[in-house]
Amino acid sequence: MEAGELLERFEAFVASEGKIESDSWMPDAYRKTLVRQISQHAHSEIIGMQPEGNWLTRAPSLRRKAILLAKVQDEAGHGLYLYAAAETLGTSRDEMVDALLDGTAKYSSIFNYPTPTWADIGAIGWLVDGAAIMNQVPLCRCSYGPYARAMKRVCKEESFHQRQGFDILVTLCRGSDAQRAMAQDALDRWWWPSLMMFGPHDGDSPHSATSMRWRIKRFSNDELRQRFVDVTVPQAHFLGLRIPDDELVYDDTTGHWKFGEPDWDEFQRVLAGDGPCNAERIERRTRAHVDGAWVREAAEAYAAKHVAAPAA
Amino acid sequence: MSRTSELPSVEAVADGCLLLSHRLTEWVGDAPTMEEDVALGNIALDLLGQARGLLSHLGDEDQLAYFRDADDFRNPAICAAPNGDFARTMLRQLFADCWLEVVWAAWSQHADDVVRGVAAKAVKENAYHRRHSRSWVVRLGDGTEESRRRLLFALEELWPLTADLALPGWREAVTDVLVEATIPVPAAVEGDDEAIAACDEARRELLAEMQSLARAHPGATW
Repeated sequence: MEAGELLERFEAFVASEGKIESDSWMPDAYRKTLVRQISQHAHSEIIGMQPEGNWLTRAPSLRRKAILLAKVQDEAGHGLYLYAAAETLGTSRDEMVDALLDGTAKYSSIFNYPTPTWADIGAIGWLVDGAAIMNQVPLCRCSYGPYARAMKRVCKEESFHQRQGFDILVTLCRGSDAQRAMAQDALDRWWWPSLMMFGPHDGDSPHSATSMRWRIKRFSNDELRQRFVDVTVPQAHFLGLRIPDDELVYDDTTGHWKFGEPDWDEFQRVLAGDGPCNAERIERRTRAHVDGAWVREAAEAYAAKHVAAPAA
Repeated sequence: MSRTSELPSVEAVADGCLLLSHRLTEWVGDAPTMEEDVALGNIALDLLGQARGLLSHLGDEDQLAYFRDADDFRNPAICAAPNGDFARTMLRQLFADCWLEVVWAAWSQHADDVVRGVAAKAVKENAYHRRHSRSWVVRLGDGTEESRRRLLFALEELWPLTADLALPGWREAVTDVLVEATIPVPAAVEGDDEAIAACDEARRELLAEMQSLARAHPGATW
């Protein structure tokens, strides 16, 4: 079959909501886009363990410690799950991890912000995981089957993460003045970076149109951002917190909240590697990888010795 | 190595599980493989659950964990020993898992309903933990020259801390694994006061960090 004909059939198949599997024919650009997107997502889960893991040793009650530990562990699990989904497209986990460590692959910029207080753990769950869910629920219907199926489980767990974050903030906002101040400060710092998680405006998002046609993406960046604001503003009001946006106003005619512009210069800066914690995050991941090399080598050496003569 | 023939107190086991869990959480995100991030997190979570089951039986779990001073903890010294490298962490875990195996088995018949309930669940969890630490100690001992060197070094450092773990059956369980790891089994030793004092100091540091936020807001709800 001619390449043009294969492409035509592929486009028609995904347009009719058919699922592409790892052994299906697919355009190179589709494969490349998915490897980039799924591995970026996996890297984000793995790097995302750091800002929250930062509080594992200081969680203020044993119950919170157990919940946070389970959450961070889920993130490692999501990372593994997603690397496995990306591997079905023919790129090995080792290659993807190398690309993360040498800076050629990206991860979500949100994890380049620091977590100086316990309220940040609440804000990450509520806002960051909340924004992630907005982005990720439509991926459960992604045209690439292995990714879509992985996302179903990821989204179920993410929704627990979002609720535990909100629950931390509810407790803080019902607590002492110091706890409420801690919650407001966290919202002030996480609000705008959370809006940036949806990516640039639709007009500035070069890959979006193709991804929509190929049913990788279902909604535009701006649509999802608006949906996030509409859902989140009433939650902030419930908490009694103020969203740090003077332009925020409810529009009776559209039924949507109008909001101000994120600082896109900051977005570009953090994306380019110049955020508050970019260097620290990669350095720590690299250190874990390098420090663990002798352990992985030992496991391989042991396996090689015992594969021929398994222990009785 | 038969200094300890009596079962530990409930408090000692609760504190031991709590601190050991805390040490393992220090690895999460930095483990040698991502699979180990999941595994160590999971074991830490089990140990934390066991600690909470016992602490909440002894009193208010958060009061006991966050507002008790370091010198009032009753854990076996080794549970607070710093992680060191992965060989040291896995050997410490093996020693603790073999100790807890004896404890949980005995406490499955405990007169106290709550302790018996915690033990019944912990027996199953501990079997997995022990399988995990055993498989790593064996692989590191019989892996590369470097992993063997690191494991031998860890053994030299940790062995003097095992006096209060050596319940009847403990030495046999540990020996079994070391033999499979092709590691020479050390002779019985008495506790080493200097090494234990170092663990007490490490416990103070661990708790200073763990308790910092809770103590900064006394009376707060989280």
